[in-house]
Amino acid sequence: MDIICNGEQKNISPLTTLQDLALTLGLNPRGIVAELNGKIVEHGSFAEHTLREGDRVELIRFVGGG
Amino acid sequence: MLTIAGTQFSSRLFVGTGKFASSQVMCQAIEASGAQMVTVALRRVDLHNPQDDIMGALDLDKIRFLPNTSGARNAEEAVRLARLARAASGTNWLKLEVTPDPRTLLPDPIDTLKAAELLVREGFIVLPYMNADPILALRLQDAGVSAVMPLGSPIGTNQGIKTAMQVEIIIAQARVPVVVDAGIGAPSHAAQAMEMGADAVLVNTAIAVAGDPVRMARAFKAAVEAGREAFAAGLGSASGTASASSPTTGMLTADLGFIEDR
Repeated sequence: MDIICNGEQKNISPLTTLQDLALTLGLNPRGIVAELNGKIVEHGSFAEHTLREGDRVELIRFVGGG
Repeated sequence: MLTIAGTQFSSRLFVGTGKFASSQVMCQAIEASGAQMVTVALRRVDLHNPQDDIMGALDLDKIRFLPNTSGARNAEEAVRLARLARAASGTNWLKLEVTPDPRTLLPDPIDTLKAAELLVREGFIVLPYMNADPILALRLQDAGVSAVMPLGSPIGTNQGIKTAMQVEIIIAQARVPVVVDAGIGAPSHAAQAMEMGADAVLVNTAIAVAGDPVRMARAFKAAVEAGREAFAAGLGSASGTASASSPTTGMLTADLGFIEDR
């Protein structure tokens, strides 16, 4: 099934959680926050969110800034 | 000691973490600056370069995180970034910035005030980046912000305190700490802000792009301490006429015909 992650279309297997997605992308979920269809999900509850066809995911983190 | 929202800081220099050549140089520069609070920005993870992790590089036991809302062009975007920053970091401290025009990066006063009012109600400790407008500073304080951050000159310009007159008025009227932010390009600019009575300064570009950022961080630390000490000591007032430092009696004076005695 397909989702949109950070503006890019991604094909993932059914029952993939946000946690699985982050790990698959090579990300340490700590220090990352997600928006799932516009709703904020903290990294602590990534595992509780199973993704569905057409979901829009934004993975966001801190970077250097002034 | 500087106190913002009940938290004490012995360093009056805050440092931004953008534009450093590497995480290693950034960490060394922060250490050398003595800063106890650093700003960070929120961005989408780059899925093609996922290992770029600033949280892992910083020692969060020693340094307080101040997430900014950079990139927000209006109040709505700033509020969204603020909520994300709180969820990502666990801190409710926020440098609020709303900059609609990428050419000047000047802050939008109306949307900054709107966002500040809403975020204060949501329990954020709001430190707004603002133009050096004394009336806006009063309005933001009424909205419940925990400090005001007037600009010296536009972000990243290294032009120094072009807004000195307005910043002086803001300081004179302030009921919360005043942190001069943006445009501070040299340690002398930072010292000037501190001599004027600013409570702290925030410096990023001038340190990050210096030939030796670690050494420049040390220079800024010394300048901020010198400026604060000078303010605390009480500067003499400027005068248009000379006043001799040495005694004016008992002088071995020649009679100079070309100077009129007055």
